[in-house]
Amino acid sequence: MAQIPSSQLPPNRSVPTSQLLQHSPVSTITQKVTGLNINQATGTVNPRFSTSTPNAQSPISFRQNGSFSPIAVPNKNVLGSGAKLESVPLTSSSSSSTSMKTITNSITTAYQSNHEAPQVTTSSKPTDPAHQFQASSSVQHQGPSSQFNVNPILGIGLQKNLVQQNSLNPLQRPQMPTQSNSQNYQPQVSVDTVNQSGQNYVNRGVYPKSNPPAESYNYQNLQNYTPTSNIPSHLLLSQNNNQNALNNQLRQSNVPFPTNKPYVVDNQLRSNIPSNLQQPPMSQNSTPVTSQNFMPPKPSMHSNRYPTPTNANFQQQQSNTTSQWSNQLYSNRNPLQPQQMSTTPSSNTYVQSQSTYPGHLQNTYNQPHTTHRPLQSEYQGVTQSGFNKMWGMEHCDLLQIPNILPEVKEPPPQISLGHEVFDQANCSPDIFRCTMTKIPENNSLLQKSRLPLGVLIHPFRDLNHLPVIQCNVIVRCRACRTYINPFVLFVDSKRWKCNLCYRINELPEEFQYDPVSKTYGDPSRRPEIKSSTIEYIAPAEYMLRPPQPAVYLFLLDISRLAIESGYLHSVSRLLLEELKNLPGDARTQIGFVAYDSALHFFSFAEGLSRPHEMTILDIEDVFLPTPDNLLVNLRDKMELVSELLSQLPTRYNNTFDNNSALGSALQVSYKLMMATGGRVTVFQAALPNVGPGALTVREDPSQRTSAEVSQLNPANDFYKRLALECSGQQIAVDLFIINSTYVDIATISGISRFSGGCIHHFPLYKMTKILDQELFEKSFRRYLLRKIGFEAVMRIRCTRGLSVHTFHGNFFVRSTDLLSLPNINPDAGFGMQVAIEESLSDVQTVCFQAALLYTSSKGERRIRVHTMCLPVASSLQDIIHSADQQCIIGLLAKMAVDRSMQSSLADAREAFINVAIDILTSYRVSQNLNNPVSGLIAPTCLKLLPLYISALLKYAAFRTGTNTRLDDRVKAMIDMKTKPLYILIQMIYPDLYPVHNLENQRLIQNVEEENIPMPPRLHLSSRCLDSKGAFLLDMGERMVMMVLSSVPSEFLNEALGVASYDAIPDQMYEIPILNNPRNQRLHQFINYLNEEKPFAATVQVIRDNSPNRVVFLEQLIEDRVENALSYHEFLQHLKTQVK
Amino acid sequence: MILPDSFLFVISLADTGAVLFLLIYFIITLSDLECDYLNAQQCCSRLNQWVLPKIIAHVFLSFLLLVHGHWILMLINLPMAGWMAYEIVSVPSGNLGVYDPTEIHNRGQLKRHMRDCMVYLGYYLVFFFVYLYCIIVSLLKGDPINMKDEGEIITEF
Repeated sequence: MAQIPSSQLPPNRSVPTSQLLQHSPVSTITQKVTGLNINQATGTVNPRFSTSTPNAQSPISFRQNGSFSPIAVPNKNVLGSGAKLESVPLTSSSSSSTSMKTITNSITTAYQSNHEAPQVTTSSKPTDPAHQFQASSSVQHQGPSSQFNVNPILGIGLQKNLVQQNSLNPLQRPQMPTQSNSQNYQPQVSVDTVNQSGQNYVNRGVYPKSNPPAESYNYQNLQNYTPTSNIPSHLLLSQNNNQNALNNQLRQSNVPFPTNKPYVVDNQLRSNIPSNLQQPPMSQNSTPVTSQNFMPPKPSMHSNRYPTPTNANFQQQQSNTTSQWSNQLYSNRNPLQPQQMSTTPSSNTYVQSQSTYPGHLQNTYNQPHTTHRPLQSEYQGVTQSGFNKMWGMEHCDLLQIPNILPEVKEPPPQISLGHEVFDQANCSPDIFRCTMTKIPENNSLLQKSRLPLGVLIHPFRDLNHLPVIQCNVIVRCRACRTYINPFVLFVDSKRWKCNLCYRINELPEEFQYDPVSKTYGDPSRRPEIKSSTIEYIAPAEYMLRPPQPAVYLFLLDISRLAIESGYLHSVSRLLLEELKNLPGDARTQIGFVAYDSALHFFSFAEGLSRPHEMTILDIEDVFLPTPDNLLVNLRDKMELVSELLSQLPTRYNNTFDNNSALGSALQVSYKLMMATGGRVTVFQAALPNVGPGALTVREDPSQRTSAEVSQLNPANDFYKRLALECSGQQIAVDLFIINSTYVDIATISGISRFSGGCIHHFPLYKMTKILDQELFEKSFRRYLLRKIGFEAVMRIRCTRGLSVHTFHGNFFVRSTDLLSLPNINPDAGFGMQVAIEESLSDVQTVCFQAALLYTSSKGERRIRVHTMCLPVASSLQDIIHSADQQCIIGLLAKMAVDRSMQSSLADAREAFINVAIDILTSYRVSQNLNNPVSGLIAPTCLKLLPLYISALLKYAAFRTGTNTRLDDRVKAMIDMKTKPLYILIQMIYPDLYPVHNLENQRLIQNVEEENIPMPPRLHLSSRCLDSKGAFLLDMGERMVMMVLSSVPSEFLNEALGVASYDAIPDQMYEIPILNNPRNQRLHQFINYLNEEKPFAATVQVIRDNSPNRVVFLEQLIEDRVENALSYHEFLQHLKTQVK
Repeated sequence: MILPDSFLFVISLADTGAVLFLLIYFIITLSDLECDYLNAQQCCSRLNQWVLPKIIAHVFLSFLLLVHGHWILMLINLPMAGWMAYEIVSVPSGNLGVYDPTEIHNRGQLKRHMRDCMVYLGYYLVFFFVYLYCIIVSLLKGDPINMKDEGEIITEF
């Protein structure tokens, strides 16, 4: 798609909002290449019935030992076959559960007699679940209003029980008497939710102008059903699942019914529809805020469905700050942009609180057999979108929403396992994240959804709270060696069932003891069961040798280019400062080797007053000049090391050696460290051009802008081979590349890639450039002080039926699922692609477990275990709506790097576009959008996908046409593979905030509970800039503040401490600390942004007319730059492709 | 160095048999890797050293057949030689060989190698019997057992 004649493209860089909705001409020719997914099926989506029948004997059902939920009692009457669950309650809880059972039984009987609910047949007949269920549920539908007056005796208790019963087994869809349930908890709303509903309502916030009836209708319904505090969201979730499944079953069954029974039922159902639902939507007067009392589903209930001036007022109040802001700042901005963010956190409660009733209604309308009145067809769209919204299945037309970016950072989608205990225990999304929050039950479903399946993991992340356990026996499955985790099933108090391989294991006696409460009896109170991120102090059987000491070796390039860059000054100074703070114990060792065309060793032998330098000129066949004293104990030889560090910066000032023997230096460091393992830190400034592993300049500078990028692959296998040898001896090599010329990162990075190292790149580094130096020092200081794990291995296990087939990151895959990581650091992220090899239809959840075994810098062997549990879903819609767009982007970027290396960059770019097209197409198919829809429809959970993809296409790793140095491109690709997701997203799509009016912004609280002004995020487009403003661009490691020409002088004086706009110096690299509120707010805000970063970003303030402005402007990636499409043009292109 | 046909085919048979054994070794090693009995590095270094001998054996055989004028057999052998050469040439410059320890676990490469080995195995097995047949034909061509004169055979015994 890059080959679009420039004449066809709009000439101007920025697209005014007014033009945004016009179609811009975009080439329609795109050769369809297989997407990134390596095994893409091309099959079309067939409407099919969901065949997943509830399976009471499924291996993972809910936990039943009674301690987890108050009413974990299988109830035959209600649950039908669900009662067949292998229930062996723990002795400790059996008495309570028995009594509870009695109660529930009696309640259920009453409930059934009251409602005359038909006994839903058990699911052993898989014939036609959709029809079956439709029949049963619509029968229940017959007398909603009469049944509505629930027996006061049963009251809330009954409703709760029922709801919980259902929630226990979220995937047992057809058995759920959903209709009755909804009726049942409706009265509860009237009792309990008065406190919140007003607020909730307000939270729902502003809707896009496009279809107000739908939104407001939906809204109104929700209002009536908002259950809020009393029903925990996880309990309601099951309903949601059921609804979705039901909905899908029905939706997919749009073929003529095989029997006429549903037909009849269908008519019955229709006759029950409140009459005004069949009328076209019209605005009616109502006061929805006060309508918290339940209203029965009779016509009057639906009378106040549409927003009224009252609503508008509420919305106004809530979105006070934001809309104020947007109105002030951008007069041409759509004031009614959707506030996705504000709804998202509460959406769980919200979404799940729908009643069955409208769902049936909607589905009825979808039936081809109903007579179709024009009014109804109009109505269908309204209801459908309304209900979709309620179920979190809303979609939006990307072309209609210019400001699609949520105002605050998108939180990761929540995984809902249908049980609060599980949900709380699940692994933090910061550590473990899957591209979807529901796993498709088989491979064909995955292929239909066209989403990539994979997990991203950040295993050694710095954590504030981490339970550490020291015990004699680490409880693991005997078959698959899985560590015990919160998602295992306790068969009884002595045995547990592995959730990965389903083997039943014995529980050691020790595990019965709870160290916290010092009591016996309940294994579920153990920290292993309560938290899915846990660290064990490993006993001796986890060591092949005594834990190694922390060993640090520094390889310093002292060729002419390196000396000119002056990096030695920074390195020596920082090392001197931090020498005492290096992580390690009393055994910590340190050593230095410098190299140009020779190798310079520094011996710290006993009795020397200053370090002794030994130079070895033979670099072809390297050897160690002395067997010891090259790597020395840091504490013993602190003075000598300090002496060396103080001499180093000036020691080689007079060298004019242009060569750099990196290969030999690495070989000697391998020999030096072979016995212990450890970390080698290489500072490389010049192309290694002598000795083993010598390289030549491969880059042709004239080709930097061309579309064809070659030389992305290594030139030789020297570094890879050496890295594998290092990896075998537990040596990791980290690279700091401070080059001013081409150094062939593609080749030399191999030494880090396969030895578990990390790579830092400071292009065109010069000590005299303050910003570069600041960034280098911050990054190096963080590097020195951060946690480090030695001789690590990581193993990823997953539930039977899934398999991890491709790994991304810096490590060596030693065997099928064992990653060898000589070093692990807190800033390393990994990605894995997962394949579904067997059908998962007989399980309800799948788990991934990552176990990282490492030696801490204190010489302790530790195991950090992360477990993530995900539900299995069987419908395409569920799958698509469970997508995690950021994680998908993270994984796609990694896959695209592989693709560019193996085939070509053009291929990778095509694949990106095809992924977007495929996903949007499959969504359209899943929605059964029969009538041609004009816009570009995307589910809400994937609405940012095209934005991120268009940003990726302009990112240094994948862009073409823009001048990109080969080294920078390769480094960007390495970042794509190794950075943790939150950093990656910020690199791809930096955050832009307006900072000139922080006093008017919404306040949020940081960890210390201070109020921080939080301006909304802006699109990276010049249309979002305002000449009266100042804008802060947060790119992760760097921040750039752009001050535009007409910014108020108070801001300049107070916040930035400069007299006028023109007084802003060209090199303003910090914001002075002044004693006024504006300045404090700005600092507060910047500090807040820095909180979660590995190190505080550098700040650069630039004027609009400064020569540095390009630093800022090149990040406005939504606009058209050179021959790359703007975001809107990209959408137009997608639209032509999505069929 | 023109050899008698029968001897030529004996050499072919031995050559093919050796390659067959080599392939079985390949398959055993790969499945060891699959089952975690070997680590990727060991496996790949073991296999890579035999990649070249394998193609040499094959090319040598094709050459021998060409020299002896067995055009058809040579032509049938040629595509396989071409494929093996392509396999070696297409190894990226940074890789350690046809079997790269850092990539063998990625993107189903292991399975692909396994499949390739199976195809090789089948191919050589077929050729093993082809050469065996050729030996018999060539041995019988000179009428060594005097089939024309049946009586003598009987009287011999």
